[in-house]
Amino acid sequence: MNRIEHNRIDQRFAALKAQGRTALIPYITAGDPAPAHTVDFMHACVEAGADVIELGVPFSDPMADGPVIQKACERALVHGTRLQHVLEMVAEFRQRDSETPVVLMGYLNPIERMGYEVFTRQAQASGVDGVLVVDMPPEEAGDNAALFAEHGLQSIFLLAPTTSEARARAICEHGEGYLYYVSLKGVTGAATLDADAVGEQLNKLRRITELPLCVGFGIRDGATAAAIGRVADGVIVGSALVGRIAEHADDPASVPAALKSILGEMREALDREAVG
Amino acid sequence: MSRFHDLTQLPDARGHFGPYGGRFVSETLSFALEELENIYASLKNDPEFQAEFDNDLKHYVGRPSPLYHAERWSREIGGAQIWLKREDLNHTGAHKVNNTIGQALLAKKAGKPRVIAETGAGQHGVATATVAARLGLKCEIYMGAEDVERQKLNVYRMHLLGAKVVPVESGSRTLKDAMNEALRDWVTNVDDTFYIIGTVAGPHPYPMLVRDFSAVVGREARRQSLEQIGRLPDALVACVGGGSNAMGLFYPFVEDDDVAMYGVEAGGEGVATGRHAAPLTANAPRGVLHGNRTYLMSDEGGQVADTQSISAGLDYPGVGPEHALWKDVGRVRYVAADDNEVLAAFRELTLVEGIMPALESSHALAHAKKLAGEMSPEQHIVVNLSGRGDKDIHTVAKLDGIEF
Repeated sequence: MNRIEHNRIDQRFAALKAQGRTALIPYITAGDPAPAHTVDFMHACVEAGADVIELGVPFSDPMADGPVIQKACERALVHGTRLQHVLEMVAEFRQRDSETPVVLMGYLNPIERMGYEVFTRQAQASGVDGVLVVDMPPEEAGDNAALFAEHGLQSIFLLAPTTSEARARAICEHGEGYLYYVSLKGVTGAATLDADAVGEQLNKLRRITELPLCVGFGIRDGATAAAIGRVADGVIVGSALVGRIAEHADDPASVPAALKSILGEMREALDREAVG
Repeated sequence: MSRFHDLTQLPDARGHFGPYGGRFVSETLSFALEELENIYASLKNDPEFQAEFDNDLKHYVGRPSPLYHAERWSREIGGAQIWLKREDLNHTGAHKVNNTIGQALLAKKAGKPRVIAETGAGQHGVATATVAARLGLKCEIYMGAEDVERQKLNVYRMHLLGAKVVPVESGSRTLKDAMNEALRDWVTNVDDTFYIIGTVAGPHPYPMLVRDFSAVVGREARRQSLEQIGRLPDALVACVGGGSNAMGLFYPFVEDDDVAMYGVEAGGEGVATGRHAAPLTANAPRGVLHGNRTYLMSDEGGQVADTQSISAGLDYPGVGPEHALWKDVGRVRYVAADDNEVLAAFRELTLVEGIMPALESSHALAHAKKLAGEMSPEQHIVVNLSGRGDKDIHTVAKLDGIEF
């Protein structure tokens, strides 16, 4: 079976490669500031040029996240947003968008509690393409990765600057879709970024994997996106977007325009690099 | 051979205790944990390291701690003889220092100039700040904002010891949130920072190494029982939040099949009310938090539940993974004591024996009293008196309507 060809993530990266373009991957937390708005925000991201959407599943204890995404989780949880609702949001998004890949990003416990079989079945039915579980490294994935794969869900894994070469090899072997390279030591939303150092690390990784290398942490505007776009296959922007949503939390109707403004600037900067 | 021999062979190479434990962390932490695992593996059986640890326990902590026969209290209850393992007499006033001494030695060997820790009641924070002061390490303690309020005395002690106390405002503002924040600090400052976890939870190798450092309590208690009682006790009782003091007492007795063990969780307002911190007693579903799989209180959507207990030190929704396994295999019985029973035990021991126990330890005392009443005067119970109650005077006074 040509499972790979049918996966939206692989198709999208293949198309980008052919065009010489860099993927723009926004992250938003589902249910922030309230569940009713999430699907609109996803469509706004696509209209602004998003290639893949990482949809955050809110969690009470987001250990790898900084204050911006912590607060987004709290806002979403106040409204009762649970994994079940996030899957329903993806299904609703799919009614109007059958092409843009959607990756669920979050922590393991909501999936553990729902049950792995139930989750994978429902995620597939909803139109989810990939799953990035922050606190499930490959060695703890066990049978789950195989179960995900059976249901057409790609397992996206993280790589860090501190990851040893031996671990990197193991992770690349298990990874599907793309690899999420965490550019900084720290939590999401941290400060500065050295594009040259990131580039060097990515070059090492390219020797051991053909998976697209996407970089997250520290990308906040067109300039940082362009700098990373020069060395990576994709840029992931999370806290900068979520921070913008927080500023507009009292007036959610104004969020899509705000998202389009920041993502539009990044899209333009990335495409300028591609042409240049 | 003991039918529980297999339990002494755990965890496996990847930190699993049967289906529990493991290393469920973000990739950003993997390096630090591998480094810690290697350091510990290289020192665990190093006689020089062990000698240094033992020397510190003897001359700095004041070990061995006495095994005290609470004769008057036993007589009043009219059942089994109750013996108290006096961890409250350690330097800093609780069992926590055993583990922090061990981990601080690891930090020193690893060449890390800065240590961080999470704390609930403040005992682990104080113990960490203490060893940091002694070794000249920079120290930051993460503490839930609610606990900072509940435990002002310990907060001030940490200040005096030169530590910075960071109140954590996120989530439920208690122990679990302090642990989240400490983990965030660690990923950010992993080059120069050692994270001293205060309980037998967290990602591998923490549950194992905290157990190993805490087990001095049980080794002493076992030897003292043979000397003072003339045989092993019939039962052991200890309170369980994350479970380090219980693990420390129980572990050296695992293969003594005739020694019954009781882990006493925080019943809060009563396990039936749902407002408690007793995941094992309440049969909470399996879950993953803070790097390990265990029994975890969470809602149907997998969001970690808020817990409720009069004692900040037990206010934790999960429990060490080794306890989770011990429940499943029936080596330990896990029960709960509610806030009222705990307060009664606190007052009773203070009045009858002149020993003021920590509210955490009072959970163990509350259950020991029940248990003793069902046993005969020829039988013996060893209770881990894991800490002293000075830090809880504000909490108890407040219930009496007294404000200082």
